Amino acid sequence: MTEPALLSVEDVAVDLPTPRGDLRAVDHVDLKIGAGRTLGIVGESGCGKTMLSRAILQLLPKKARLSGRVMFDGQDLVGLDPERLRKLRGRSLAVVFQDPMTSLNPVLTIGTQLIETLQEHLELDGNAAKKRSVELLAAVGIPAPEQRLMQYPHQLSGGMRQRVAIAIALSCEPKLLIADEPTTALDVTIQAQILDLLAREQRRRHMAMILITHDLGVVAGRTDEVAVMYAGRVVERAPTPALFKNMRMPYTEALLAALPRIDAAPHAPLPAISGRPPDPTRPIKGCSFSPRCRYATAQCHREKPALAIAESPDHRYACFHPLKTAAGIPA
Amino acid sequence: MATLELSLDEEVAVTPARRARRLGPLFWAAIGWMMFVFAAATLAPLLPMPSPTDMDMLERRAPMSALHWLGTDGLGRDELARLIYGARISLIVGLCAPVIGITIGGALGMLAGYFRGRFETLVVGSMDVLLAFPPLILALAVTAYLGQSILNLTCILGVLGIPAFMRVARAATLTLARREFVIAAQALGATHARILLRELLPNVFLPPFAFFLLGAAVTIVVEGALSCLGLGVPPPISSWGSMSGEGRESLEIAPRLAFLPAITMFLTVLSFNLVGDTLRALTDPRQGAL
Repeated sequence: MTEPALLSVEDVAVDLPTPRGDLRAVDHVDLKIGAGRTLGIVGESGCGKTMLSRAILQLLPKKARLSGRVMFDGQDLVGLDPERLRKLRGRSLAVVFQDPMTSLNPVLTIGTQLIETLQEHLELDGNAAKKRSVELLAAVGIPAPEQRLMQYPHQLSGGMRQRVAIAIALSCEPKLLIADEPTTALDVTIQAQILDLLAREQRRRHMAMILITHDLGVVAGRTDEVAVMYAGRVVERAPTPALFKNMRMPYTEALLAALPRIDAAPHAPLPAISGRPPDPTRPIKGCSFSPRCRYATAQCHREKPALAIAESPDHRYACFHPLKTAAGIPA
Repeated sequence: MATLELSLDEEVAVTPARRARRLGPLFWAAIGWMMFVFAAATLAPLLPMPSPTDMDMLERRAPMSALHWLGTDGLGRDELARLIYGARISLIVGLCAPVIGITIGGALGMLAGYFRGRFETLVVGSMDVLLAFPPLILALAVTAYLGQSILNLTCILGVLGIPAFMRVARAATLTLARREFVIAAQALGATHARILLRELLPNVFLPPFAFFLLGAAVTIVVEGALSCLGLGVPPPISSWGSMSGEGRESLEIAPRLAFLPAITMFLTVLSFNLVGDTLRALTDPRQGAL
C-alpha cells in the first residue's frame, strides 16, 4: 500500500482474566488499512474478531489488558485521554454491530437516537438535525423516513433496524467504519442488500471499512484485503484476489471448503473442519491450528510459525507447510 | 401478558376501549378511591365541615349525626374532618418518602450498576448496613434528637426506603449496562452522563417506578404504625395512624374510632397496591421485547 495507513494496528494483544486463567483473545495482531479501503477480517466464532474490533475502538471490557499500539490518523488510541477518544468515536470512528435487535435502544424512537447523535457531534440545531436524519434514513433505503423517525425499534423489521443502525453510524461521516458481522442476524436476502448498502455508502463517502465476518463468501467480492484470524492470531493476510487465487494457509482452505457450493450435488455432505478451536486459556505450544490441520507434522506441534512473506510482500501467512496454490500448480 | 404482546405489534389499532376492558373494574375502583382520597385531602380546607382540632367536651365520642357525619373522637373532635386532614399527612408522608427513596436509591443503584468496581462495593455495603439497622430504633433516635415533625418523619421513612430502591435500580441497570446499545452509544462517543440519563434511565425507570407505588403503600402503613406508637406526627395534627392509636383507648366503648382510620388506610393501601401491580403487569412484557 503506497498511501499512508489510516489505521494501523501494531502488535496488539488482548488478555482477558477469567477464573480459569488469562485468556488471550487477540494475539499480537498487525494490520493496516488505508483511507477508503476495505479490510475483511474472517474467522470462526471465538477467534478474536470482535475483541480486535473492540480493541481498536478502545471499548474492551474493563478488566481486559491491552498491549500494542492502535494508530488512527496519526495518533495512538491506546491511552488516549478519554475526552479526546470520546470525540473521535462517532465522528471519525463508527461501528455497526451484529445484532440490530440489541444495538438500538428499545425505549427511544429512531428519531431521538439519530437526531441526538447529530446534535451532539455536529452541533446542529434541532431542525437541521431532523432534516439530516430524514436524508440519512432515505440514503440507507428506508421508505417513508419521516414516519420512521417517530417509531420505536420494535416496530421495524430486522433489516430495517440494521439500516437504521447503519444510518446512525454514518451520521457523522466517519473516516473508518467497523462493521462487526453486520449481516449475521439477518436472513440471506437482506444480507446482500445490507452489504451492497455498506459498499455503496463507503464508496460515496470515501471511508475505510473493516468488515468482520465468519463468511468468506461475504468478503470475496467486497474487500480489498482479507485477514484470516484463528485463535486470536492473523494466520493469513493478503489482497483479496491473491488470497482466493493462491491461498497458502490450510485453515483458509478449510474455511473456503466449508462454504456450501451451489454446484455441489444435492445432499452432498459439507466438508466441515473437524475438531474445535483450541481453548484460549491453555495456549498450544505449536501452531494453534495443528490439532485440526490435515497437513500437520511434528514441527507444527512443536513451534509456532511466524508470518512469512509469500510471493508479494502484501501476502503473508503463518504456516510451515503452505499450500502451493489452490489449483495445485507450484508457485 | 400474551394478549399484550399482540398489542405491541398493532399499537395503532389499540383503542382506549379495549385497554379499559382489559384493566378490569377492580383497577378502576382503586383509581376511583385514590382520586376520592386525593381530592378530599387537597380540598380539605374548602369543605364545609368542622375544624379537625376544635374540641367539644360535651360531645365526646358522639355517635354519627347530621353535624358530625362520622361522630366525634375521645376529645370531641369531628372524626370525618380528622380523617380527611389525616389523609393529607398520610399521603404527604406516603408519597414524599418514596420520592426520596427513588431519587437517591435509584441514582445510587444506577451509578453502582453502571460503573461497578469499588463504588458498587461501597454503595452495596453501606446499603447492607442501613438494612441491618433496626428501623424502629433509627426512627426513635432521630425523633428523640430532632423532634417529632412531618419533615423528620418523611426523611426517616425516605432514608429507610433507599436500600430497596437501590437494589431494584441496580439489578435493572446490571442487566442493561452491557447491552449492545450501550456499547453502541459508547462507540458513538456518548458521555457517561448521556448514557446514564438517555440510554439507561428510560429502560431502568419502570421497575423502580412500579416499586414506588408499592413503596407508597408500605410507607403509609409504616407511618401509621409509627404514629400509632406515638413516634409519628405530633398532636394535635391527625394522621390515620395516630387516630387509630388514640382510638385504641376507647376500643370497648367506641370501636369505630380505631377502625375507621384503619379501614381508610386499608382501602388506600390496597388501591396503591392494585394500581401498582396493574401498571407493572402492563409494562412488564416490554422487557420481553427488549
